[in-house]
Amino acid sequence: MVCQLCKQKDATVHLTQIVEDEMKKLDLCESCAKQKGVNDPTGFSLAELLLGASAASEAESAAVGAPEIKCPRCGLTHAEFKKNGRMGCSECYTAFSDSLEGLLKGMHKGTRHRGKVPTAMRRAADQQASLERLSVQLQAAITAEDFEQAARLRDEIKAVKSEA
Amino acid sequence: MNLFEFLTPSAEVCRRTGPHDKIVFSSRVRLARNVPGISFPGHGKKADRVRAYEQLMPAIQSVPAMAGGMAESMERLTPNDKQLLVERHLISREHAAKGAGSGFVLNREESFCVMVNEEDHLRMQALRPGLQLREAWVAIDALDTALQEHTEFAFSSQYGYLTACPTNVGTGIRVSAMLHLPGLVLSEQVSQIIQAVSKLGLAVRGLYGEGTEALGNIFQVSNQMTLGESETEIVERINKVLQQVIEHEENARLSLLEKKSRVVFNHIGRAYGILSHAHTISSKETMNLLSLLRLGVDIGMLPAASRSFVDELLLLTQPAHLQALFTKREKLSAEERDILRADVLRDRLKSLERPDHMVFGGGATPGNEPAE
Repeated sequence: MVCQLCKQKDATVHLTQIVEDEMKKLDLCESCAKQKGVNDPTGFSLAELLLGASAASEAESAAVGAPEIKCPRCGLTHAEFKKNGRMGCSECYTAFSDSLEGLLKGMHKGTRHRGKVPTAMRRAADQQASLERLSVQLQAAITAEDFEQAARLRDEIKAVKSEA
Repeated sequence: MNLFEFLTPSAEVCRRTGPHDKIVFSSRVRLARNVPGISFPGHGKKADRVRAYEQLMPAIQSVPAMAGGMAESMERLTPNDKQLLVERHLISREHAAKGAGSGFVLNREESFCVMVNEEDHLRMQALRPGLQLREAWVAIDALDTALQEHTEFAFSSQYGYLTACPTNVGTGIRVSAMLHLPGLVLSEQVSQIIQAVSKLGLAVRGLYGEGTEALGNIFQVSNQMTLGESETEIVERINKVLQQVIEHEENARLSLLEKKSRVVFNHIGRAYGILSHAHTISSKETMNLLSLLRLGVDIGMLPAASRSFVDELLLLTQPAHLQALFTKREKLSAEERDILRADVLRDRLKSLERPDHMVFGGGATPGNEPAE
């Protein structure tokens, strides 16, 4: 039998671990075992050895029981949500927001969206940003009594606003 | 339109190639989206589903990428049609159970398939052969952006895209790859790998997703977390893990050939023997044996060109594909299917030369990349 890590030397260290009722085996050679600190069989995880990454995903007990809350739009109760694990409509996320944080924390990497934003929102955000930038410039131009520039900026603001 | 006639012929589907396709059958990225102000399909009344359906179906079809495709309501499909779509991995088993008010839109190239009123109003997926997760993400991102020109999606700045199940909320993304891991199964390392992969927050499932068996040594790996990370972070993370799984599979194959070549040759030879001589054979046994033939191609016991041939058999011998081959027949019983399956296999395998360890790989110098 060859070492599962270096795949060269003969495996002389054989490990068997029971994790969640499942048997996992690992066969290593002397030096790989030492390198990975496998002398202490309690202090390592096969997952880390096999994939070389720190694997941590603790299942967190989520959301404590809440009083009867109902989604005002679709009528789904919080109890129904807890039973089926499915929201009734997009408004439910607002209605059940109090107990959502804990639940999402246990399920996901974080509780705030960090991905793609809808085009319409991105456009609105971009528009907001350029309006703010333009009005700062406009103020500056007025203060400096550069009315030609101010008039140009005023037109530009009008144009951005009309795009909406 | 007849679905079977619309679908690309199995042989052609199986000739599509992609990176790492020796081990990775296909890559898929799916996004879940919903229409604001309409109850989710599982909770709403039929009228709600119809409203979402009538809003979404035309919007999807108007996107140029979907042009020339097929759009159909689930109620207009026969049970065998639905099963065909499941066997092609174009729709989920859950969606196949849907009727009125649910539908799908498939593009001509079968690289996009959008399900309407599955668990969410919209589930759109991009499919690519081999390991092409990034490419699939780029494609589905573009489709999503194009759709947003026609319709608004439920979104919260805190929770992202809102979905029926909180496990999908945020990005609504499910990135997955279908892997062929006979080396890890034969060397009894696969359960370790599955454990390790699940510790990294990824799910490992059988051929048809949730709660299905890993028939034919085929496994599906996908992300579980959808919130708190960007789409690209998720794609990159799973890509990295898959590279490692591929490496483990390659190493397992090499060490099997080094240490137990006779056992491997024996498995493959016997698989060929049974497949080419059986007179009745179940779908399950067929898949497990075809998986071994595919391994035979990969290690050079069979000509490299026959991988797509084996993949075609994997598809053709599934129940709905088999039924579609015999359109004139009434719905086949399981026993009849087993007989017809064996007939098809005996006939097709006549053209495949016998696996021979002396001719191609020789077993002596099994390289990482047998000559293509």
